[in-house]
Amino acid sequence: MANVASTTASAGTEVTARALREAVFTGLITLGLFFLFVGLKTDQNIRNELILTERWGLLATFVAVSMVGRFLIVAYVQPWLAQRKAVKAAAPEIVKGESFFSRNLSKIAIVALVLYPPVIVALVGVQGSLKWVDNFGIQILIYVMLAWGLNIVVGLAGLLDLGYVAFYAVGAYSYALLSSYFGLSFWVLLPVAGILAALWGVILGFPVLRLRGDYLAIVTLAFGEIIRLVLINWTEVTKGTFGVSGIAKATLFGIKFDASKDGFAALFGLPMSSAYYKIFLFYLILGLALLTAFVTIRLRRMPVGRAWEALREDEIACRSLGINTVTTKLTAFATGAMFGGFAGSFFAVRQGFVSPESFVFLESAVILAIVVLGGMGSLTGIAVAAVVMIGGTEILRELTFLKVIFGPAFTPELYRMLIFGLAMVIVMVWKPRGFVGSREPTAFLHERKAISGSFTKEGHG
Amino acid sequence: MTAPLLSVRGVETYYGNIRALSGVDVEVHRGEIVSLIGANGAGKSTLMMTICGSPQARTGSISFEGQEITRLPMHEIARLRIAQSPEGRRIFPRMTVLENLQMGASLDNLKHFKDDVEKVFALFPRLKERQAQRGGTLSGGEQQMLSIGRALMARPKLLLLDEPSLGLAPLIVKGIFEAIKKLNNQEGLTVFLVEQNAFGALKLSDRAYVLVNGKVTMSGTGKDLLANPEVRAAYLEGGRH
Repeated sequence: MANVASTTASAGTEVTARALREAVFTGLITLGLFFLFVGLKTDQNIRNELILTERWGLLATFVAVSMVGRFLIVAYVQPWLAQRKAVKAAAPEIVKGESFFSRNLSKIAIVALVLYPPVIVALVGVQGSLKWVDNFGIQILIYVMLAWGLNIVVGLAGLLDLGYVAFYAVGAYSYALLSSYFGLSFWVLLPVAGILAALWGVILGFPVLRLRGDYLAIVTLAFGEIIRLVLINWTEVTKGTFGVSGIAKATLFGIKFDASKDGFAALFGLPMSSAYYKIFLFYLILGLALLTAFVTIRLRRMPVGRAWEALREDEIACRSLGINTVTTKLTAFATGAMFGGFAGSFFAVRQGFVSPESFVFLESAVILAIVVLGGMGSLTGIAVAAVVMIGGTEILRELTFLKVIFGPAFTPELYRMLIFGLAMVIVMVWKPRGFVGSREPTAFLHERKAISGSFTKEGHG
Repeated sequence: MTAPLLSVRGVETYYGNIRALSGVDVEVHRGEIVSLIGANGAGKSTLMMTICGSPQARTGSISFEGQEITRLPMHEIARLRIAQSPEGRRIFPRMTVLENLQMGASLDNLKHFKDDVEKVFALFPRLKERQAQRGGTLSGGEQQMLSIGRALMARPKLLLLDEPSLGLAPLIVKGIFEAIKKLNNQEGLTVFLVEQNAFGALKLSDRAYVLVNGKVTMSGTGKDLLANPEVRAAYLEGGRH
C-alpha cells in the first residue's frame, strides 16, 4: 500500500521535474529565437540615423509565456491526455442512446437564436444590444448563410469554387443599383438579386463544365476577380471604387425604421433607436439562413441533391447511371449562387453602402475555410465553424486588456488573420475532416422506429 | 434469326492518335450471356466504354434495339437501359449502400425502388446486412456486388460487366458468376461480360469473343472456345486456378 503511494508520489515529482527542465529549455530556445527579432529593434531617429531600440521587457514576456506554456503542457496536459486515453481504452464500449440534447440540437439552436435579441436587450439594454446583435449576431449569420450556400457547390457537388464572393457581389450590387436607380423595394429586389446571381452562376458554370479540382478552382478564382474588376472599372454605373452609398433600408410590411412619425419606433411608442432596425435585420438574416438550410436539407433527399453528392464521388459512374452531369453541375452552381445573391442583397441593405473592396478574394477564402473546417457537407459543422472563426475574430476587438502587456499601440484586430490561420491549422491537425466529418445518410429502408418511439415518450411524458 | 439487341460493327476507337480498337464486330442477342476475353491492353474495357459512349467510336456504328447510339452522349445511352458495372466498380464511397442503390434507380425516379431493392438483396444478401454502411467501407467483393446491384436497379435490358472478378478471391468470384447465371436464367437478362478470367467467363457464357490488339480474332460458343487449343494455350493454361 505504502509502496504504491510512494511510487505515484515519485512519479508526480518526476513529471514536475521533467516539466521544469523542458520549460527551461523552451525558455532558452525562445530567448535565442527572439533575441534579435523582439529584443532589439532598429529605428530611424529624426536625423535619419539608424538607432537600436531595446525591448527587454517584451522579450521577457515572450520567454515567460513560452516557459509557462511548456510547463503546463508537460506537467498537466500531457498526463491528462494519456490518462484519458487509458481510461477510454480500458472502458468497455458503452452504447449510449442519443441524449435529448443531441437529438434536438438544431431545434434548440433555432429557439436560442430566436430568443437571442430579446435576451440581449433585457441584459444590456436597447442601446447596448447594438454591438451584440450586429457584430456577433448578424455578422456571424451572414457568414453562416454564405458558407451554407457555398456548401451546396463545394460540399455537396464537390466543385471547388474559389470565386464565391462574386455572387455575393452580384447580389449586393443588384440591390444597391436597382434600388438607387429605380427605387424598387428590398422585398422585390431580394428575389431579383437571387435570380441574377443564379444566372451568373450558370454563366460561370458553362465554361467550366469540363474542369475539375485545381483547374476549376483557378477559373472560379479568376471569375471572382473579373466581377470585382468590372465593378471597379464600370464607373458610369457602379461609381467604381467610391461605391454606391445611401442604399435604401428595408421595411417591415411597409413600416420604415426611421425617426418619422409613422416609423417603427413611433408606431410602437418606443424611443427612437437604431437597435430596432438591427434586431429586425437579425431576424431577416436568420430567416434567410434557415431558408438556405431548409432548402439544402430538402434537396439532399431529392434526385437532384442525390445526383450532386454522387457527382462529387464519381462523375463517370453518374453518367453511366443516366445522370446528365451538365444540368447537375449547372443547378449546383445556380443554387449556390442564388443563396450568395440573397446574402449579398442583405449585406447591401445592412451596410447601406457597397464598394468593390468588400468583395475581395480574401472573403471567398474565408467562406471556403468555414466550409472546409465545418466538415464539407455538414450544416451543423459549418455553423459551428462560422461561430468559431467569425465570432472569434470579433472577440479580438474586445481584448483591450492586452494593451497592458503589449503597449498602447497594440491593436488585437490586426492579428485576425494570424489567429484565423492558426485555428485552421489546429483544426486540420486534430479533425482533418472538419468539425463534423461524418456524412448524414439520407436513405433508410425502415424508418428509425426506435428513436421516434422514445421521442414521443420524452415529448409527452 | 432475330435482329441482335446490341450490334457493334467495324468500330474503331482512338485515344488521341493511338488506335485502341481496329474494326471490332460484336453482336449480343436477347437473353444471351456473351463474354469478351483477352489479355491486358487488348482493348476490352475500351470496347465496353465505347458502347457506353465515352470515348465515342471514330468510325463504325453501334446500335441498340435497332437504334443508332454511336453518337449519343453517355447518359442518354444509359437511359436506353444499358446498365454498366464499370471497371474498378466505381461505387460512391461516401454514400451508403442504400443510397448507392438509389442512384442506380434514378432513371425511374425511384418508382420501383422498394421492389427492386428487395430483389437485389435477395440476390446478394450481404448487401442487405450492410445497407446502412458507407460504400467505401465494404470489402472488394461486396463492392462488386454493390456495383452490379446498382446497375440492376436501373432495370436494364442489357447489363455490361467489366471484369467483375478483378482482385477478388476465387470463392467470391464463383458467387458472383453464379449470381450472373441466375439473373440470366430467371429474369432472362442479357449480359455482356468483359473478363480476363477466361476460364470462368467461357464456362458461364453462351458465346464469346477473343480480342487481341484491338481486333476480334476468334469467336464461338463458350464450350468451343474452351476446347480450342489456341485459346487454351493463350488464356487458360497456367492462368487457371
